[in-house]
Amino acid sequence: MNMFSNKRQVLLAYRKLRTKNKMLSMTGRRLRFVSDAGTFSEMYGDFKFNNPLEFPEYEEKLEEGYKNSGSNDAALVGRGKINGIDFIGVELNKGFMMGSMGTVVGEKVTLACELADSLNLPLIIFSASGGARMQEGMFSLMQMAKTSAAVEKFKENGGLYISVLTHPTTGGVSASFATLGDIILAEPNALIGFAGPRVIEQTIKQKLPAGFQRSEFQKDHGLVDKIVPLEEMKETLYKILKLHGCKEL
Amino acid sequence: MKEKKEISAYQRVQTARHKDRPKVTDYIDALFDDFIELSGDRLGKEDLSLLGGIASFHGMPVTVIGHRKGKNLDENVKYNFGMTSPEGYRKALRLMKQAEKFNRPVITFIDTPGAYPGMEAEENGQSIAIATNIAKMSNLKVPIISIVTGEGSSGGALAIGVSDRIWMLENAIYAVLSPEGFASILWKDSKRVKEACEVMNITADSLKKYGIVDDVISEVKPITSEDGFKMMIEELDGKLERELSSLKKMDKEDLVQKRYEKYRHIEGERAPKETTNGEVLKWAD
Repeated sequence: MNMFSNKRQVLLAYRKLRTKNKMLSMTGRRLRFVSDAGTFSEMYGDFKFNNPLEFPEYEEKLEEGYKNSGSNDAALVGRGKINGIDFIGVELNKGFMMGSMGTVVGEKVTLACELADSLNLPLIIFSASGGARMQEGMFSLMQMAKTSAAVEKFKENGGLYISVLTHPTTGGVSASFATLGDIILAEPNALIGFAGPRVIEQTIKQKLPAGFQRSEFQKDHGLVDKIVPLEEMKETLYKILKLHGCKEL
Repeated sequence: MKEKKEISAYQRVQTARHKDRPKVTDYIDALFDDFIELSGDRLGKEDLSLLGGIASFHGMPVTVIGHRKGKNLDENVKYNFGMTSPEGYRKALRLMKQAEKFNRPVITFIDTPGAYPGMEAEENGQSIAIATNIAKMSNLKVPIISIVTGEGSSGGALAIGVSDRIWMLENAIYAVLSPEGFASILWKDSKRVKEACEVMNITADSLKKYGIVDDVISEVKPITSEDGFKMMIEELDGKLERELSSLKKMDKEDLVQKRYEKYRHIEGERAPKETTNGEVLKWAD
């Protein structure tokens, strides 16, 4: 009997590991892409679902997001190396409730800033978000203050923060930590703005011109330092890190 | 004492938006002396939807900033219904930095349907204007007190609302988004406003309960009446005087650290928790 239960446990553990690995392969695509092979490890990966307002049907949504993306919420944090240079990375996942920011995302971004600060490492955040998480109401809005304060503190202490805007970065995320980078990069043709195009069109009662709020537009209007396609991202990040005196450890 | 009739969140939204509700200029007239309006972002624009200036509060110089709504349609068009553009937020930022330099507390009055969602606002960096204000307010080395007087909505409210003390009037609302926008995003139906109001937790009472606002200023009588306004102002005036004098006594580093901690742990016991501690997952490449 003992033997059977052991076997069963091993099998279950194996299955769990396999699903976990499979799911992990779907999230944090960009962080994995820019990190040296095998150097990136996730941190703060086990936050529970949080429903601070006990909002109806929200937990089902979170569960669904978990199934779609394999992560507990829309932010992934970890530590990796770019050509040997250590960094703390965050990536928002638009596959999880449009990358919206609630308390878990806010907490993880804040923890990442605090960790980068305490370890004296550069911080790289890949943003992709529709904005605030509606179901967490004012708690979501407060994450804008919380994350911005953490980023500001890190920067004030001399930390280097590179923000990479990917498609789409709008609302409460674009109006907080995502646009506070010392250097702001953007992937080509990403939608970047405060209000979404539909809201603007309803306000001005006309159609928006093609390319409005896209990366190229935002560069022309002074918001973005440089547009970088994903295949050049690692090299660009490496150059920036090197120029800020970040060294291989 | 007679118990107050239960007022629904939707009714409060209507009260908060009522056209006769006092505006930032009424608060300035009632609370301060020698107000001087200061204009412009020094970058090429003046946004009238946000009012700023310096004044005296019981002899103490203060910086005052607030969203400006009009008292009639003409004024509202001029002030863009209190919907601020990047230029307005940059003016606020300039005045806050100035307050820091001259060691004056900052008092902000929040009453906006949200940041202006227009083309020009986007072109001029609405996102970064709001983000910059939020970041700067988090470590401004003078006391900041914010009062939500009418409707506080989204990042447009928060852009002048990161503070040591945040208070709401009893019938004010403060929300991540307007109830209409909320219903439209979540249920694709902007007509489900009443329902949205109920689930959003946007009233002063519920936000106090959640620890997001620090205090509620009572509206014993309707503040659209002279009498009711005076009573409310009396309470607000006393509270401001007490809090400002205690905040002014604080060491500047402590003040900023306390403000950081406040937002760091704004969720209180509702903060997200980790299931396991320190488990590190390694990726298979």
